[in-house]
Amino acid sequence: MEIVRLRVNGDERVCGVPAHYTLLETLRYGLGLTGSKQGCDKGDCGACTVIVDGRAILSCITPVWEAEGRQVRTVEGLADGTETHPVQDEFDLNGAAQCGFCTPGILCSSVALLDRNRSPSREEIRTALAGNLCRCTGYEKIYDAVEAAAARLGG
Amino acid sequence: MLRLPAFRYHRPRTIDEAVSLLARFDDGDAMPVAGGTDLMPNMKHRLFTPGHVVSLNGIAAMRGIVAVNGTGPGSRNGGAHGGEGPRLRIGALQSLADVSGHPLVRRHCAGLAEAAGLVAGPQLRNMGTIGGNVCLDTRCTYYNQTEFWRDALGYCLKKDGTVCHVTRVGRKCVAAHSADTPPNLIALGATLTLAGPGGTREIPAADFFVTDGIRNTRRAKDEILTEIAVPVAEGRRSAYRKLRQRHSIDFPLLSVAVTGDFAEDGTVTGLTGVVSALGARPRVLAGWDAIAVGGRLGTDVIEALGERARAQCRPLENIIVDPEWRRAMVPVYVKRALRALA
Repeated sequence: MEIVRLRVNGDERVCGVPAHYTLLETLRYGLGLTGSKQGCDKGDCGACTVIVDGRAILSCITPVWEAEGRQVRTVEGLADGTETHPVQDEFDLNGAAQCGFCTPGILCSSVALLDRNRSPSREEIRTALAGNLCRCTGYEKIYDAVEAAAARLGG
Repeated sequence: MLRLPAFRYHRPRTIDEAVSLLARFDDGDAMPVAGGTDLMPNMKHRLFTPGHVVSLNGIAAMRGIVAVNGTGPGSRNGGAHGGEGPRLRIGALQSLADVSGHPLVRRHCAGLAEAAGLVAGPQLRNMGTIGGNVCLDTRCTYYNQTEFWRDALGYCLKKDGTVCHVTRVGRKCVAAHSADTPPNLIALGATLTLAGPGGTREIPAADFFVTDGIRNTRRAKDEILTEIAVPVAEGRRSAYRKLRQRHSIDFPLLSVAVTGDFAEDGTVTGLTGVVSALGARPRVLAGWDAIAVGGRLGTDVIEALGERARAQCRPLENIIVDPEWRRAMVPVYVKRALRALA
């Protein structure tokens, strides 16, 4: 066990982990933040996507030490207190989640996109979400939801 | 769930520190990592089980993209002249997302920017670095699998076994070079800087790769790729085309990089085509100058170059996609890339 210090969703968190833990394992099994999903666990599916220093990355293949000293944002940190993030809200209103397993990762990729581009085109949304697999929805309602969220955010 | 094997994680701040860490441990027991998008999945598959992993991410000297005003013509032929001419210096730690979006790269090396922007998906481009892409391990249907899968088949020539399941009888590993940026770096005449225990050395990108699928680069295990220098010149254009099953995430089934030098009136003064994802190293297509130099890059010339490329490329079953289809796509993708230059 080694001590790792992380800033997750604005909180300073300290946790004991084996030296070979990934960021995802630390979030899920060290800090109890099970929103980020362990899908393929080898960097293909995007279910583990979190936002580090503003950029969407795959936590399942990130050694936990690479997250030290950086801002980590997970699906648990998207809402503002009890107020859901507009992207979360629009996923609900547009029926953009079915089984829900890919949803936390897609929400993180979407928020990372909207934080740097308030009025993305449909094509930019498709490109930004191209690293997140969804086997239920066929993606169209997801793109609709992100577009609607962008409009609400004043894009 | 795929666990990483146990290792110690080292975070040096300088190139010297990183090199001495790599040299300190037994051969292969320490490996460098930057974005981790290639090494970490490979470690989860037990393709590598180093006891020590040396992170390069804290080394500030390996970052940055800058234009250097050299003297001379910015030749793509390397050597002393190419090294002294105007060039772009790209730190090996720059992410693929940075490289693909950088205005200097887009302006001077459009093919390289396109290639970096077509690697995998957005998260992997945010994480993966251009240095890591150049050093990417070769890939094969029978290699990039879990320990359980490989054990069930009886392992392969590249890792832990004695048989090549692609060629059946071959004694040479034919795992495919699958990185997107190197064909462009070769076509653009780039030079790579490697730092090792004995100091630094420069090697043309064209000489960096070898035909051994087990280990297909000339980088020694205790060397680090620190910087890439790409010569730039007026009238030079480059393009990249990539064949894959989905327009995201997938590695190339075939990749084509082309770079041309053009006089003001549109006459071709030099033309290079590089194909990859077929064998263990990118292949420079031969005989292009004889066909193209001195004239314009018209439809008939493009047609002739495409046919020439088809004759030189023979895909193998190292990727589970019909090799005949991949071969049929060679002239199609070569012509598409060339049309982007014309």
